[in-house]
Amino acid sequence: MLQSIGVTNIDELFEEIPDHVPVANFRAIESSLTEMEMVFRLAERAKQDELGSCFLGAGSYDHHIPAAVWDLATRGEFLTAYTPYQAEASQGTLQLLYEFQTMMASLADLDVANASVYDGGSGLGEAILMAVRSNRSARNRKIAIGGAVNPFYVKTANTLVRNQGIELVQIPHENGVFDPNQCPIDDPNVVVVQQPNFFGLLENVDAISNWAAERNALLIAVVNPLTLAVLKPPGEWGGSGADICIGDGQPLGVPMASGGPSFGFLCSKMKHVRQMPGRIVGRTVDANGDVGYTLTLQAREQHIRRAKATSNICTNQGLLVTAATIYMSIMGVSGLRNTASRCHENTKYLVAQLEATGRAQRAFHSPYFHECVLRCAGDVGALTKSMIADHGILAGLPLGEIDESLDDCLLLCATEKRTHEEIDHFVELFNHILKEA
Amino acid sequence: MSETPQELRYTDTHEWARVEPDGTVCVGISDFAQDALGDVVFIELPETGTEVAAGAEVAVIESVKAASDIYSPVSGEIVRVNDQLTDAPDLVNSEPYDGGWIFVVQPLSDDLSADLLTADQYQEFCETDSNAH
Amino acid sequence: MPTIPTIFDTSKPGRLAGGQTPKEGDLTGLPDELLRESNPVLPEVSELQAVRHFTNLSQQNFSIDGNFYPLGSCTMKYNPRGAHRAASQPGFLNRHPLTPAFASQGLLSCFWDLQETLKTVTGMEAVSLVPMAGAQGELAGGLMIRAYHEDCGDFERDEILVPTAAHGTNPATATMCGYKTREIGVAADGDVDIEDLKRVVGPKTAGIMLTNPSTCAVFERRILEIADIVHDAGGLLYYDGANLNAILGKVCPGDMGFDVLHLNLHKTFATPHGGGGPGAGPVAVNSLLQPYLPIPMVGKLDDQYIWLDESYFPLTIGKLAAFMGNAGILIRALAYALMLGREGMVRVAEYATLNANYLAAELSKAGFQLAYPTRRATHEFLITLNKEAKDLGVRALDFAKRLLDFDMHAPTTYFPLLVPECFLIEPTETETKTVLDEFVSAMCKIREEAQENADYVKQAPHNQVVRRLDEVRAARELDLSWSGTEG
Repeated sequence: MLQSIGVTNIDELFEEIPDHVPVANFRAIESSLTEMEMVFRLAERAKQDELGSCFLGAGSYDHHIPAAVWDLATRGEFLTAYTPYQAEASQGTLQLLYEFQTMMASLADLDVANASVYDGGSGLGEAILMAVRSNRSARNRKIAIGGAVNPFYVKTANTLVRNQGIELVQIPHENGVFDPNQCPIDDPNVVVVQQPNFFGLLENVDAISNWAAERNALLIAVVNPLTLAVLKPPGEWGGSGADICIGDGQPLGVPMASGGPSFGFLCSKMKHVRQMPGRIVGRTVDANGDVGYTLTLQAREQHIRRAKATSNICTNQGLLVTAATIYMSIMGVSGLRNTASRCHENTKYLVAQLEATGRAQRAFHSPYFHECVLRCAGDVGALTKSMIADHGILAGLPLGEIDESLDDCLLLCATEKRTHEEIDHFVELFNHILKEA
Repeated sequence: MSETPQELRYTDTHEWARVEPDGTVCVGISDFAQDALGDVVFIELPETGTEVAAGAEVAVIESVKAASDIYSPVSGEIVRVNDQLTDAPDLVNSEPYDGGWIFVVQPLSDDLSADLLTADQYQEFCETDSNAH
Repeated sequence: MPTIPTIFDTSKPGRLAGGQTPKEGDLTGLPDELLRESNPVLPEVSELQAVRHFTNLSQQNFSIDGNFYPLGSCTMKYNPRGAHRAASQPGFLNRHPLTPAFASQGLLSCFWDLQETLKTVTGMEAVSLVPMAGAQGELAGGLMIRAYHEDCGDFERDEILVPTAAHGTNPATATMCGYKTREIGVAADGDVDIEDLKRVVGPKTAGIMLTNPSTCAVFERRILEIADIVHDAGGLLYYDGANLNAILGKVCPGDMGFDVLHLNLHKTFATPHGGGGPGAGPVAVNSLLQPYLPIPMVGKLDDQYIWLDESYFPLTIGKLAAFMGNAGILIRALAYALMLGREGMVRVAEYATLNANYLAAELSKAGFQLAYPTRRATHEFLITLNKEAKDLGVRALDFAKRLLDFDMHAPTTYFPLLVPECFLIEPTETETKTVLDEFVSAMCKIREEAQENADYVKQAPHNQVVRRLDEVRAARELDLSWSGTEG
């Protein structure tokens, strides 16, 4: 090969690198391991982090994933393909994305879904940028954020939008829910509400949607896709429905995996489609008139529009979307409905049992879905620490760091995976630890 | 060879401008430009009533592989837009100088000639432009 | 091969995968007006139907596992299955993102090790692993540059310089950072036009974004001079790590004058592309920009690993993800780095460069025109099919489509825009000489076909699941979701 190139050694191939750039020094990097050694080392570390029952939600949920989902998603043809730019050689990925878009748009009851963004948090940022572009007639760049929108999402969105002159205005929550009367501005350009909200509570989405519409503000719905199997979809909220719907797809067949990779989904009314970020797949025909699929509306994207693109995003979270599409296909309507309703029932059981100890009571009284804030008689920080250290149980999220008025509160969740035995055991430990403290 | 009607004026960003009997200025893109863009799939139209300066971005025209800004050749107010293009963007390809018009400006001044190119000048400009590629 | 009906077309009301349906839960007590009335359009199929459908779909994809995939600037090298196995262990997969650090020492130690490795690889002071893709890494970099200038009380700088050949994300990122983009020219030899740079650089310059090797696939020889010019004007240098594979183990971006960079772990560190993601785009910075890194990072306190958040980095640009970014991809990258080790890392650049130069030499000998014939290929190179387009009427697009019929994925086409009818070809270090020779043969064969019957090539592909697709119709008559069998 060197001979064909016309050089005598490999170093000559690097002759254009100027001599005054020092040669890399990799002494700090250890010598190579075999696959066996590498897996052994990382397995030891993974083992260290194994825990038992999970009663923690707050944006990442411990759901069952059918075995077939990841067996199929990690087929080499899905796993090691690139972005479907050569459509004829990527019909598998493209058709799957089209099916995904159909499922997500239908879950949200909106017209169109894109092929995903990175995660729910950055998805909120993208949705805000999209809404501001779409609502050009609006007089300002102020975004009213409901008080119980996931605070991690709000922080992430703020990083993404603040340098474009967009201001996020937080509405204080009233008893855990969105109260338009608390909104410090009366002419927001965009309103953001989460259903179920970060505290697990159900918002009065019809009234909020109408309130936003009266102010000519676009409405962004932040949702948990699993709950859409039983909750009223954003497209049907109030008189006109939400304009944009975003959320994190993790509950749809994606392991918690420390929060990533997961995927963000983004749906909207058709009238906003040209402001959508990210990839979109369309169905068309080929030269023979047969059905085929291709990326479309690409003139929105950075590789064509450059500085004027709707976003700098190029990737979607293809592999996770693949898993989610397979998950939704296997679960179907009844699988999704029953999983969602089972989560609700398990959480109700958990809350009832905890309240029965007399050491916990609900902090808010609006109806909740599969997460709930409980005010506890004791130090919740010490409680959760002891639960992990002594029992390997994740006992919910202490809320003090997020809201000082909730520093004796825990946000808890029981998915369909939690059995009554697990819940009873947890409640017993809960009672015991708080009694001892 | 693309058509370049003599009676129109042109810009170096490939718009054409036609003074209507009522003094307004109708704007579209040239045959040369539509050919370079390829099949037009979407046009983002301006809103009527918008005040524009000469050289300002007014509309965006998209083909499958490209997007191109449309600039107003004159200063004034947008008084009409071609809504037909919403459903039939291909008119820009098939009838660039007729059914493919994009918007109409009520100009602030009626002197168009100063900065715009004549058909001959524009044709010459296109020839150098295409040789450069 | 027949096209596959959508999964909705095969759906029958009431059919389900029984083993996957938990017992229904009780929803009484939830307000009726908040509940869903109509069912969503989801498939109603058996588990086997679903498994078969998606197996069949997968078989319609090209992939690294199945095909030569020389997409320039995408680094489609082999993705070791061992790395995937390592990241798929229950302790990693089942870890809730909000598990406290004291119960996550295994994961945090992995992140720490990866941070340290990437510091060495880049020659920088500090690393944040959070960005979830290259484009997000770029955004983080731009935001840090902005935060730095503003902290220095300098609010006048509102321009980011990029070469005209830059990837589209560079200008798009500048816009997201609230900056304007100014383009600088590229000289005939592919290097940045230094005179043009000198003309545009100044007190408005916040920074410059460069890839090296550049998007013209050549090493930017005057990089240190560029660094001096930009630094002297008060601007910072951003390194787009898209092409790091070319220099891995040879030189470090930190030694080329860069202040901040991102890496594409899905390229250089071989994590799977997954049909378009997930990726990971960690950022590395020198000490100037360290205070602004996106959170969280992993630190060490005594013998414990801890999360470094706002309390340690009060000047941080903030969060970029709800949690820790694409953690699973980071583990795969670490696994790859461990298997390569220091010996392997040097081989990456050497073999990638050897393969690219060999392929370039062979294509050139076969009569194809290199875009920069006087330059060494890096890990990739550009050819221009302008002559074939003019003489035969067969364009780069046609060559690309016909290559698919030879079971090879097409190289990157029409990028960078300044080289007409171009292919950007990146064979990567994991391909054998045989595969490279087959690619040259295929290119020659297609040229022969074009000479005999240009229309045949212009109508390619012929042997794929579908023929060339009507993209104009796709964009004009938007059909973005299934709405019934009549579709």
